[in-house]
Amino acid sequence: MKHIISVLVENEFGVLSRIASLFSGRGFNIESLTVAETEDKTISSMTIVTHGDDHIIEQITKQLNKLINVIKVVELTESVQMAREMVLLKFAVNGGAKRLELLRLVEVYQGRVLELGVRSLIVELTGERAKIVAALEVLAPFAIKEISRTGMVALARDSIKS
Amino acid sequence: MKEISGAQILLEVLQEQGVEVIFGYPGGAVINFYDHLPDYTCRHFLVRHEQAAVHAADGYARATGKIGVALVTSGPGATNTVTGLATASMDSIPMVVFTGQVPTPLIGNDAFQEADIVGITRPCTKHNFLVKRVEDLERIVNEAFHIAGSGRPGPVLVDLPKDVIAGKCLKKVAEKTSLKGYSPNYAGHPGQIQRAIEVIFQAKRPVFYVGGGVILADAAENLTALARALQIPVTTTLMGLGAFPEDDSLSLGMLGMHGTYRANMAVTESDVLVAFGARFDDRVTGRVDTFAADAKIIHVDIDPTSISKNVDVDIPIVGDVADVLGKMVELLKTSEPGTKACAGGHNEWLAEIARWRELHKLSYQQYEIIKPQFVVEKISELTRGDNPIVSTEVGQNQMWAAQFFTFTQPRSWLTSGGLGTMGYGLPAAMGAQVAFPERLVIDIAGDGSIQMNSQELATVVQYNLPVKVIILNNGYLGMVRQWQELFFDKHYSFTTMNHAPDFVKLAEAYGALGLRATKPQEVESILKQAFAHPGPVVVDIVVAPEENVYPMVPAGEAISNMLLV
Ligand SMILES: Cc1ncc(C[n+]2csc(CCOP(=O)(O)OP(=O)(O)O)c2C)c(N)n1
Ligand SMILES: [Mg+2]
Repeated sequence: MKHIISVLVENEFGVLSRIASLFSGRGFNIESLTVAETEDKTISSMTIVTHGDDHIIEQITKQLNKLINVIKVVELTESVQMAREMVLLKFAVNGGAKRLELLRLVEVYQGRVLELGVRSLIVELTGERAKIVAALEVLAPFAIKEISRTGMVALARDSIKS
Repeated sequence: MKEISGAQILLEVLQEQGVEVIFGYPGGAVINFYDHLPDYTCRHFLVRHEQAAVHAADGYARATGKIGVALVTSGPGATNTVTGLATASMDSIPMVVFTGQVPTPLIGNDAFQEADIVGITRPCTKHNFLVKRVEDLERIVNEAFHIAGSGRPGPVLVDLPKDVIAGKCLKKVAEKTSLKGYSPNYAGHPGQIQRAIEVIFQAKRPVFYVGGGVILADAAENLTALARALQIPVTTTLMGLGAFPEDDSLSLGMLGMHGTYRANMAVTESDVLVAFGARFDDRVTGRVDTFAADAKIIHVDIDPTSISKNVDVDIPIVGDVADVLGKMVELLKTSEPGTKACAGGHNEWLAEIARWRELHKLSYQQYEIIKPQFVVEKISELTRGDNPIVSTEVGQNQMWAAQFFTFTQPRSWLTSGGLGTMGYGLPAAMGAQVAFPERLVIDIAGDGSIQMNSQELATVVQYNLPVKVIILNNGYLGMVRQWQELFFDKHYSFTTMNHAPDFVKLAEAYGALGLRATKPQEVESILKQAFAHPGPVVVDIVVAPEENVYPMVPAGEAISNMLLV
């Protein structure tokens, strides 16, 4: 099963490699990993998407907690998290009906056109993973030249309705 | 106040940390340190190989409970520490190892004797540091000691670029170490402890399964008190030997792959298994789904990652075993009827264990060739009352030492359990002897392993550390040969050691006493002679070449499935 783990770490050199080598050394999977500074410059926040059964996820969170530079580990279950992903797509287009159809679809997925050129088009899509996956499927028949995709970022919600 | 160099700051902090002994080896990157070293009270022992410096610091730490310290130069000096660090890491031994490094501006340039030792040792240290500025040195060294010695202990490496130890700054007054992401939990949860005691009181077939954590936490006394008060039999892991006196009738001896018949049977048949500072290692559990399959499992450990890692636990208690055992012993005082009922409530179980004990004792047959088990038994017998420290190498020698020596004291057994490092025994014994110059320190060795660090004979002679190396010389890499005999049709591929040196001459070449025994009737007198000698001794004992260690649980099988003699 897929799990999202949010990790606060000290913003020091080598921390990313400690986390990465923990995963590789113990045979855990990383599906995606994003890192960024937080409002406190000495602390970074990581969002790790991984998969495994409950036993493995328990080991992952415990092992992360054991690292000296890790300050806090939170496993975000789907009901308590807000998660987003972003993808940038570059299409080869030459105008005409094809382009119009593409622009319409981008609109359906609430995407934004970042650059509209004579031969190409750059589009930004943001959303939950399911939406991104669906959009990519629908957009696949168009001539995609390049894709750049972030991993997932997530935050816990403060209140959840029961 | 005037500015002092990084080297001096380091030496002052070591002094403040109470470090009395450093095992080390100099080189270009650490000359500044060595330049100032003689001005301080800390004693330095010059080893002959950096691996041995780390094992010696490790042996010192195991025997004393203090944090062991080693210091080496950059590059090859640093990479030579890796096996020592991994050994200590697997066995949770508190240690701080300092490595020299090329000057900070050269890092990453493939400079002469540069090695990314922080990168290399990340997975085999509890934590490691690269000090980038002399201003950070004091804080980092204090953090290193704090991390090494607290929580689940372990080795910490501090990498010191040459310009950092040569650079100058003011030494601050040490602040209290505080780390945002690190605060081990010592206190066991009282509710969980209460629940555990209730389950133990109800048990019909209880067993205590005790690991090295009890030794590390100095909790052997309370463990013994608890087991005796409740009349619960105790088995120890290889690392836990000495946590419970083996001459007590409640002792089951060691469990696992080469455990005793009664220990493995008792664990298999138990209805409540209480693990204290043990980690359900595969050499202990054998096939996991058959391990104490009918038992409620209570697990006390300071490291949450150890709990429910290999075996699902019914009652987890995260905390220092010393704290938890202390609270358990206190609880017994307030629940006398429960304690009494428990202590008298499983006589049938104890009788069953006594039957198992008689059914298959650890045994061997002594004919005209010396049996290695006989030698260990003799060592045990001759040193009873002396409270000796015993180290081992790895292989059959280690298992026979574990089986046939009667352990009664904690911190008197030094063996590489988790990593199984051949070459550990002599330098570890050396470290322990430095800590306890008056005690008898014995390395029970194999003819293969001893050759991995025999250069340290020079060190023990130089400092007159009267370590006794007893080689159980079977002419084989015996443990591997045993597997080849049992599981590979006796295909002894590259396990014959028929090109060993003459160990008596080797000892003499270094200036130590060399002795040899070839007949059973010589063993006792040769050992007595060795123990009475005031300096280091190597005893070459020619033993039966194809003797095997039994019982043996084939890898991956249930521990009740033992090959017996
Ligand atoms: C550094 C290292 N290399 C290889 C091994 C694998 N190994 C385990 S036991 C053993 C044989 C040890 O031979 P010896 O020291 O003569 O001990 P014996 O088993 O004969 O008592 C070997 C090679 C090891 N444990 N450590
Ligand atoms: Mg041998």
